[in-house]
Amino acid sequence: MSTSQDGNQNAAQHASKSAAAIDRARAQGRAALIGYLPAGYPSVEDTIAAGIALAENGADLIEIGIPYSDPVMDGQVIQAATTEALAKGFHVREVFDVVRGITSKTDAAVLVMTYWNPVVRMGVDEFSRRLAEAGGAGLITPDLIPDEAAEWMAASDKYGLDRVFLVAPSSSPERMKRTVDASRGFVYAVSIMGVTGARTSVSSAARNVVAAAHAAGAERVCVGLGVSNAGHVREIAEYADGVIVGTALVAAIRDGGVDAVASLTKDLSTGLTREEA
Amino acid sequence: MVRLMVDAPAAGSDESAVDAFLQGERPQEHPAQGEPSLRHAPGPYFGNYGGRWMPESLIAALDELEDTFEKAKADPEFTAQIADLNKNYSGRPSLLTEAKRFAEHAGGVRIFLKREDLNHTGSHKINNVLGQALLAKRMGKTRVIAETGAGQHGVASATAAALLGLECVVYMGAEDCRRQSLNVARMELLGATVIPVTNGSQTLKDAINEALRDWVANVGNTHYLLGTAAGAHPFPAMVRYFHEVIGEEARAQILDQTGRLPDAVCACIGGGSNAIGIFHGFLDDPSVKIYGFEAGGEGVETGRHAATITLGKPGVLHGARSYLMQDDDGQTIESHSISAGLDYPGVGPEHSYLADIGRVSYEPITDSEAMEAFRLLCRTEGIIPAIESAHALAGAIKVGQRLAADAATGNATGAADKIVIVNLSGRGDKDVATAAEWFDLLDKDSPEAVIAKEGEQL
Repeated sequence: MSTSQDGNQNAAQHASKSAAAIDRARAQGRAALIGYLPAGYPSVEDTIAAGIALAENGADLIEIGIPYSDPVMDGQVIQAATTEALAKGFHVREVFDVVRGITSKTDAAVLVMTYWNPVVRMGVDEFSRRLAEAGGAGLITPDLIPDEAAEWMAASDKYGLDRVFLVAPSSSPERMKRTVDASRGFVYAVSIMGVTGARTSVSSAARNVVAAAHAAGAERVCVGLGVSNAGHVREIAEYADGVIVGTALVAAIRDGGVDAVASLTKDLSTGLTREEA
Repeated sequence: MVRLMVDAPAAGSDESAVDAFLQGERPQEHPAQGEPSLRHAPGPYFGNYGGRWMPESLIAALDELEDTFEKAKADPEFTAQIADLNKNYSGRPSLLTEAKRFAEHAGGVRIFLKREDLNHTGSHKINNVLGQALLAKRMGKTRVIAETGAGQHGVASATAAALLGLECVVYMGAEDCRRQSLNVARMELLGATVIPVTNGSQTLKDAINEALRDWVANVGNTHYLLGTAAGAHPFPAMVRYFHEVIGEEARAQILDQTGRLPDAVCACIGGGSNAIGIFHGFLDDPSVKIYGFEAGGEGVETGRHAATITLGKPGVLHGARSYLMQDDDGQTIESHSISAGLDYPGVGPEHSYLADIGRVSYEPITDSEAMEAFRLLCRTEGIIPAIESAHALAGAIKVGQRLAADAATGNATGAADKIVIVNLSGRGDKDVATAAEWFDLLDKDSPEAVIAKEGEQL
């Protein structure tokens, strides 16, 4: 198996879109901003428009979530949004329309965040082929650990997709190493033991998780869960390579539509520049 | 202790097996010649099924649980604790009762009921909750959480938590809380906190989702006391371990009472914990046919059922790869059954494996078939079964009739020489209102009728 997130030969053949986006931010002396939106909420067209607004207002990478019937890692706000999208008849194949709609208009790297069963149902290879065809950068997999990912490792190599696994405050050093080695693009550091949702402060555990992932060889580590305002972004940008915002953006599109997403993104991006020590 | 193989020993020769098991002894493997044993499958994989399809945040807790469980199994103090609780708290061994009048309706074969309904709290569930609550104590956890559909596992969990001095929180669909208000009260009497779940379809699967969210956030002091032989490793193998006592007792008891092994063993399947418990005792006895009966609901052709293995497709849910009721997008489909305990769109991974290799036959039983068997057992044996268990009884009638037909065409033995064991996994007190409504026993507009219409299971 390869030794590092983007050090294997397949990555050499297929440059990681996520890594490139994070590196562009790094070259500007800042952390990358990653914004999450659930596909089909409140409509597929709105998701595309909001994704473009994210990219035009400072987001470097975009995560498009696939609404799923059993989202065990999501809190109330995202659950409510994805439940509504499903009730309106969202189909998994439409996620490729969303990805294509955004990648055709922006330079942002677009990843899909999905619970694993919808991918299994479509077929891991088929899903990967269609995602790559739509211009997608890769997958973030909240309930797939490298131990179970043999099929996805093969498909992501075949189609040049990033595989973003999660690490958590509870991850042992052995698991941290294994997960970092299996990842490509970046490693998703869960800031807190919990589910998605805005919180008043960022857990101090986040800094330790990022340090452990870096120590295990990760070149790019991004922090998510509980990040909702520019202050949080500023705090995390000091030590992480990217900052992931989800629930706050979902609340914005719920309450104020695409315009609210644009203005929140602009505000969040003010926290990205690292202050001189 | 070496357990004899398929050939039947003389009656009574194995009479100490139950006592020995209660003392913590486990029989050695007795695989058929040339066949690898199917017993004590350790996980994480059962063929292509099982595994850990779980968030990374929970993997450390699963590792801790697996480690604690493996050490406990090898610790005589732990096995003695389990044996003591089984005997002196739950009331094990549960009886094996021959149901002679019921059997007349099943082709005239002999039918024996494994009486898990006589355990404390009224079902097999107690076996698992006591074991897991003890493991929680060994891990230093002070809090257990559980999911429940109709409330049976919630009540059992609250019972174990009360006995062992653990805080207990039970997640239950909001709709189920309303319909099962007496079971909510029962859990609260036992000191548990019941949290209604309003997410998603507000059913058992959503209660599991909510319990998993709680576990992620509180894993430091909390053990998730999963109620069935499903979920991420080590849950399927661990829950089975605590229920293996059912099959071990049943095997020893049938040898003791009849001098031979049964021709068939029948159990109902929701997640599949009572079934895997009794099946386990007979997996390596090739002469014993094994049947799992899923909830066919209003009929598998109606789409309103819970026949996961019969009609589902492999997928991942709640931590395991297994058969799953899902649509073309991989979204979980809501299940339907008159029996809340079978109303789950997934199934334990070991069952999926046993189905694929053909060791166990899985068949659907409709609500109507189950309720007819329910009434039949009430009237012929004076035993009110849980509606879950009534699915196994209905299946046993079919199996008995098939065995009788086979006996009629063959010339070796008659129907009266055929033996079927049914796991009577629970008692039906909780189901009286549902059954009264089904059989139209209630006066119209009586308070009981109103409650029953809402699905209350007393």
